Amino acid sequence: MKKLATLVLVGIAFAFAAGGAAAKDWKKIRIGVEGAYPPFSSVTPDGKLVGFDIDMAFALCKEIGAKCELVQQDWDGIIPALLARKYDAIIASMSITEKRKKKVAFTHKYYNTPAKFARHKGSGIEITKAGLKGKTVGVQRATTHDNFITAKFGDTVKIKRYATQDDAYLDAKAGRLDLLLADSVAMNDGFLKKDIGKDWEFVGPDFTDPKYFGSGAGIAIRKQDKDLVAKFNKAIDAIRANGVYQKINAKYFKFDVYGG
Amino acid sequence: MDFQAIIDNLPLYFSGLRVTIELLVLSLLVGMMLALPIALLASARNRVIAFPARAYIYFFRGTPLLVQMFLIYHGLAQFDAVRESVAWVVLKEAYWCALIAFAMNTAGYTGEFLRGAIKQTPFGEIEAARAYGMSRAMLLRRIILPSAFRRALPAYGNEVIFMLHGTALAGVITIVDLFGAAKIVNSRYFVPFESFITAGLFYLTLTFTIVGLFKLWEHRWHAYLRPRSGTAEVSP
Amino acid sequence: MAGGHPGSLMFDLHGYLPFILKGMALTIEVALLSLLLAIVLGMLGALAKLSDSRVARLVAGVYTTLIRGIPDLVLMTLIFFGGQIALNNLGDRMGWDYIDVSPFVAGTLTIGFIFGAYMTEAFRGGILAVSRGEIEAGQAYGMRPAQVFFRITLPLMVRHALPAFGNNWMVLVKSTALVSVIGLHDMVYNAGQAGGSTRLPFTFYLLVAFLFLGITGVSDIALRWADRRYSVGVRRS
Repeated sequence: MKKLATLVLVGIAFAFAAGGAAAKDWKKIRIGVEGAYPPFSSVTPDGKLVGFDIDMAFALCKEIGAKCELVQQDWDGIIPALLARKYDAIIASMSITEKRKKKVAFTHKYYNTPAKFARHKGSGIEITKAGLKGKTVGVQRATTHDNFITAKFGDTVKIKRYATQDDAYLDAKAGRLDLLLADSVAMNDGFLKKDIGKDWEFVGPDFTDPKYFGSGAGIAIRKQDKDLVAKFNKAIDAIRANGVYQKINAKYFKFDVYGG
Repeated sequence: MDFQAIIDNLPLYFSGLRVTIELLVLSLLVGMMLALPIALLASARNRVIAFPARAYIYFFRGTPLLVQMFLIYHGLAQFDAVRESVAWVVLKEAYWCALIAFAMNTAGYTGEFLRGAIKQTPFGEIEAARAYGMSRAMLLRRIILPSAFRRALPAYGNEVIFMLHGTALAGVITIVDLFGAAKIVNSRYFVPFESFITAGLFYLTLTFTIVGLFKLWEHRWHAYLRPRSGTAEVSP
Repeated sequence: MAGGHPGSLMFDLHGYLPFILKGMALTIEVALLSLLLAIVLGMLGALAKLSDSRVARLVAGVYTTLIRGIPDLVLMTLIFFGGQIALNNLGDRMGWDYIDVSPFVAGTLTIGFIFGAYMTEAFRGGILAVSRGEIEAGQAYGMRPAQVFFRITLPLMVRHALPAFGNNWMVLVKSTALVSVIGLHDMVYNAGQAGGSTRLPFTFYLLVAFLFLGITGVSDIALRWADRRYSVGVRRS
């Protein structure tokens, strides 16, 4: 009798231990967002999270039929926190890259916009190997832009890495940077169109090379939650088809950010 | 634990180590050069002369190094007058801003140690020097300062360690020191434990080295106090 | 309002004062909670270092050595990023649901942990300074070791440890500024936000500097009062 009781108890303990990996019904999904990347995600003065990523998150959850809970997380720790189960999905304009695919699973892209350089008006800097020599470029740490500039121009330019894109804008405004490299849409709406960036302008070509910039922004999900990946993929396709995506798109941009 | 990422990036850590040591040595040197006049001014019997120095010490010891660094790095850039001046060449760079902040900070603390040590100069020594007819300047140079430095040595040892820890703040404003290097490795390879523990080990080694050096130094400078060495020691 | 005219707009806080004060409340909260933890760890550490057990002395020695050798900021970042993962691995094995390591928890734990080591030295020095005569008197009265400790050693130790304790507190208060780096909305973090929005970082960081001076100033007064109170009956040279 005692042995049976022990076995039952151990069995229950194992059931609880294994509970984490068991298939969930995904009635409630926690979503990690950055909150420091306008217009995709930012925090209003009264502490509310707003932006394209945020609206996407809520629209997709509604399509899946689940309740969304947003969790704000710094970019530096955003993937470790996903793996540590602080939330179940990352919707933070994260580009789908091979390197990241080693750690997490991605859904299809939910938008794809090119990267671009920006320079101070009148500085005349050209985006060529010669033109970039010795210049100081600001990027957000561990983004595709960081990887690109490090890999291709690491020995030609001085790279300054920031914890948030906003910090890079601040230093650019202060005159500490010659160039910025970031997502063209984020930079336009979050910096160039605003008062803080009025002395800056785009320069150079659009960058879309998948080798560095990935194949668009996707939703990062733990590898073992394959069912959640499938759910989100279905939802993305659904809102593209039924016009919800376009409505959100139009709220922020004049063109379709989904890309080709 | 994935230490492969660390091993692949050791060059980055070592270059970070170089920056850390550079920042430490330079701030201590500049800080010491500032600390001397500050200590002397603060010890002046004339309240009016002593006030600016004492206010400086009070501010730099009473506020966090992080805030001091932000004031210089983010704060000064706010003023057009600064950005258009000659000083901007220097203040534009995060490295110099950090250095200035660290040097001013350590000048405040060191100035206070020296002031206290000067105050504690045994009056007998001063009397003897005066009896010999030494001028004010000579009294300072030959008697007060050397013995003040000797007295302040243990406290200064601690200050060097604190300054070493302080240099880690440079990593917060884009400088790639040891801490900055660890941050880069962490965000590229998602290895928080490994990256920061490695940085910790580097700092630990540096600390032990510095403590060892100071023990040697104290051994020599406090030789006249042996064998009855009742002075406080910099102990790990 | 392109911030930059020194003097005219320097002291206009654009309504952000409540925001900064809210951060100050958090700063003080972190400081006091960490102090509590530091006192507990300090007491345990001091007793461990003074104990007869070699193991206890070794553990306490490693503890204080690690803290003295690694920058606060590095420790805090390690505990914030790494602690979450460690806690989760543990939780996995125990079958717990997700437990969050918020910046507040990470910051307070780290600072408490760090200053526990410094308090260990302060308390150890204080305990050692209690004159043997008093302890022997207690024992002569037939007091048990625990009674001797709580009724004699501890109250007398306070006076001796007070300067070091006070120093540690001052340094602790300033260290709380580091929690802004791991994203906690203390007054330094809020000053950064306000400064960024208004383009007046100097103004807000200066304000915060003076608020810190205020906190240390008040602490200084409190510590002097405590020193007077605990030195009743002591002859001053």
